[in-house]
Amino acid sequence: MTPQSNFMVLAPIDPKREMELRQLLDSMNRAPGRVDPNNDLIPFGEFETLHFARLIILDDKTTEDIRVYGLAPRSYPLYLAFLGDIDGDVSAFLGKLIKRAGKGLGRIFSCCEGFDSDTDLLAWMRQHHAPAIAAYVNWRGRTVRQIREEAALYEALENYIEENATVLRDLTPLECHANLRDFITAEKSAGRLSLSEESPTPLGWQIKNLLHLIGLPLLVLIALPLLIVIAPFYIIALRRLEKTDPEVCPIADQKHCENLSRFEDHDITNQFSAMGSLKPGFVRLLTTIGVLKTVNYGARHITRRGRLGRIRSIHFARWVFVASTERMVFFSNYDGSVESYMDDFINKTGFGLNASFSNGIGYPRTNWLVLDGCNDERDYKEYLRRHTLPTQVWYKAYPGLTAVDLEMNTRIRQGLESLSMSDEEAREWVALL
Amino acid sequence: MGCPAMSEVDYADVQGLVRFGYGHMTRASYALVKVKNVTAAKSWLLSASITSAVATKPPPVTALNVAFTAAGLSALGLPQSVIAGFSHEFRGGMTEESRARQLGDVGKNASLNWAWGGNGREPHVLVMFFAEPGQFDSFIESAKGNTWTDAFEELTWLGTSDLDENEPFGFADGISQPQIDWEQQRQTPCSQIEYTNIVALGEFLLGYRNEYGKITDRPLLEPDDASAGLLAAEDAPERKDLGRNGTYLVMRQLEQNVRNFWQSLYQQAGGNLAETDKLAAKMVGRTKAGDPLVPIQPQPIPGMDPARAQQNQFTYESDQAGARCPFGAHIRRSNPRNSDFPERRIGALRKLIIMLGLGPRGFHDDLISSVRFHRILRRGREYGPELLPADALASSPSNDPERGLHFVCLNANILRQFEFLQNAWIMNTKFSGLTGESDPLLGNREAIPGCPVTGDFTTPGDGSLRRRISGLPQFVTVRGGAYFFLPSLRAIRYFARDGSA
Repeated sequence: MTPQSNFMVLAPIDPKREMELRQLLDSMNRAPGRVDPNNDLIPFGEFETLHFARLIILDDKTTEDIRVYGLAPRSYPLYLAFLGDIDGDVSAFLGKLIKRAGKGLGRIFSCCEGFDSDTDLLAWMRQHHAPAIAAYVNWRGRTVRQIREEAALYEALENYIEENATVLRDLTPLECHANLRDFITAEKSAGRLSLSEESPTPLGWQIKNLLHLIGLPLLVLIALPLLIVIAPFYIIALRRLEKTDPEVCPIADQKHCENLSRFEDHDITNQFSAMGSLKPGFVRLLTTIGVLKTVNYGARHITRRGRLGRIRSIHFARWVFVASTERMVFFSNYDGSVESYMDDFINKTGFGLNASFSNGIGYPRTNWLVLDGCNDERDYKEYLRRHTLPTQVWYKAYPGLTAVDLEMNTRIRQGLESLSMSDEEAREWVALL
Repeated sequence: MGCPAMSEVDYADVQGLVRFGYGHMTRASYALVKVKNVTAAKSWLLSASITSAVATKPPPVTALNVAFTAAGLSALGLPQSVIAGFSHEFRGGMTEESRARQLGDVGKNASLNWAWGGNGREPHVLVMFFAEPGQFDSFIESAKGNTWTDAFEELTWLGTSDLDENEPFGFADGISQPQIDWEQQRQTPCSQIEYTNIVALGEFLLGYRNEYGKITDRPLLEPDDASAGLLAAEDAPERKDLGRNGTYLVMRQLEQNVRNFWQSLYQQAGGNLAETDKLAAKMVGRTKAGDPLVPIQPQPIPGMDPARAQQNQFTYESDQAGARCPFGAHIRRSNPRNSDFPERRIGALRKLIIMLGLGPRGFHDDLISSVRFHRILRRGREYGPELLPADALASSPSNDPERGLHFVCLNANILRQFEFLQNAWIMNTKFSGLTGESDPLLGNREAIPGCPVTGDFTTPGDGSLRRRISGLPQFVTVRGGAYFFLPSLRAIRYFARDGSA
């Protein structure tokens, strides 16, 4: 299995060059929300291990909200973030990226502070690496290559079935499965289809993953006596905050909303980037870190492939602190419109949403961390929309395919590769086609 | 949830269309007008006898209801600061570019080609006239009165026709409607698994609790002389609620190419009439007579009109593979009923396991959004002369008149109800694990990046390979549309009062 990993470069923008940067980013698109995968600056389409990428100016308009706590807002520099989700490890990818797109990256990053013509690009990117505190991968181990091969497989089956429908329809599911398997075997030997074998899982990754799997519970276990002592105080403090923290959910500005929409619904999948400040104080910071570490652990070791709780529409997602623990940004790639995305979160995974976002300033009031909150649906949506940032450049390696499509194709392939099937399994498999 | 008791609905303040479809008033016309003279328009509004939702015996023989676009409210002099309290969708309008993309109003459906609602032809006011046949013409004349001509510039009049509860393709229509919880008895739990047909009042009327137990945003005003006639806001008693007892009305003129529909299906069915009917029923999810393709269940569904039970008391529990009613069938898309939760009648532990995503792992599990937040109340009427399916196979005469549906629906939250339904269920080419097809009746068949094909229709097999037909043409074309606010009678008097222009 080839595990997926992610990278993010975060750098303050030279204020004098912000306009130039915006123009550069715009030049990578054919139209707003529609990237040119072969654009001159970063030809995303040439990187065969890149799933998603985005370039975004983290222009958070909500920093004033902290005034509700009687605190003066800080003036933050404007940041540029460049992030991607890839197969394999980051070093190898960055090496390839710089080799092919070093010039374009240089042009983009030259609009940031501390980057000039003789800067070592790789060293600079590493230096500006912003790690995710929590990350989610829809289907660990499924590579871009596999996705494309399986999409081609689906296409080939679809065409074959269309031509042979009358014959195939009279077959039992098991006979149908055998017939299609023969067809695919023939296609593979003729070199018209390829279904690559899974690469071996890197040993280093396996060890790290195992350590992570047992490490966190072990740590919790060791700290348990302390946690038990602290828990009542923590709960009292959190409850007090939950009752007093002000809500800031005004109706989002109409122009802002319309601008966000310009970048959405061009593909069947959408990007999402939302940013905000954490509520002040140690309790909220601790809660944020605790919740996100738990989310990260759950996403890595507990969730089923293809699901995040009951949600099946998210390809990749991550939470990242922006330069300090004061502000946080959340990125995701999801299928469908933003309304259905928010709706699924509220109705299917509201508890997770509350736990992970309620530490942001202004979030609709929660109780016991997971209750209420986003159930105030309208306030929540205004809150989220107000915190959403337009994503200037967004790339997806497999346009037109949803996470559910990918799962369907993978299931079809797995079924084809299985040598024996029960009647019931064959029925279910045939129903996928 | 411990919601405080809500005050009873004052039916005299609600426009009748919310409570009644006026089925016995078989004649109807919609006037789409612009405000020509504000003073005259206000005087017309003040003198108009708007039909309320009070039930009378015998029921009235005529009805008049009015609704306004955001531009219309602005033309009447409502300040922008007040208009800003209405929803984003209402203010932005149906034709805004990104919204059009989400609604599928691209290609032939683009507002550029619309008869009304697009480019410079946006109405201000929608005036709806309903009457029993004998009364109709005289009613319109008397309802218009003598200020009408001074007040309004008529953009267009939309006529309707009575197809005896069928829609133009020839299928029984209007069978499934949510039942509004007028008594506000409904508790709104966070997660309800069982399918119910009772929907919280706040889903269809502003100022009341919705399915989340919350009150949807709407303009609240400071109390002053002008707003004195409005009711107080339930959740902010010191302020006046301009939205209360009002709702949003979505109107779309949907042209239906009846000949193309039946001829295409006839061709797909290899020229066999019985097969043509079968295919059409699969696309709709019901037979022409309105019988669903899945069996009626013996146990009642809460809020199901008993008179409709014979055709409406069903869920998809008995058809989870879509072998009887395809996943992509029009009625399964527009109301997936209980398809939103993988298992039913389960204990708390099992529910928790499912909520954490550790439950069943079937391919079709959990593909549908929670249904109860996405219901609409349909109030549309057909237009154009009837064309029976059998006659539709004949080639089109040169002056074949236009037929279709003046789709009208009511909802308190356009984005979460109408738009969601249209975007995530009807137009979505990836609905319920499908790929390459949108609604068989309403789909625009436009390619989207990475999906060149959107004109398929899949009928899952029952233990055999599915049937998939491809290359369906576009049968329904959007010819007009707009978002309106259907105010309470008090709000209409507020809009029409002197001195606000």
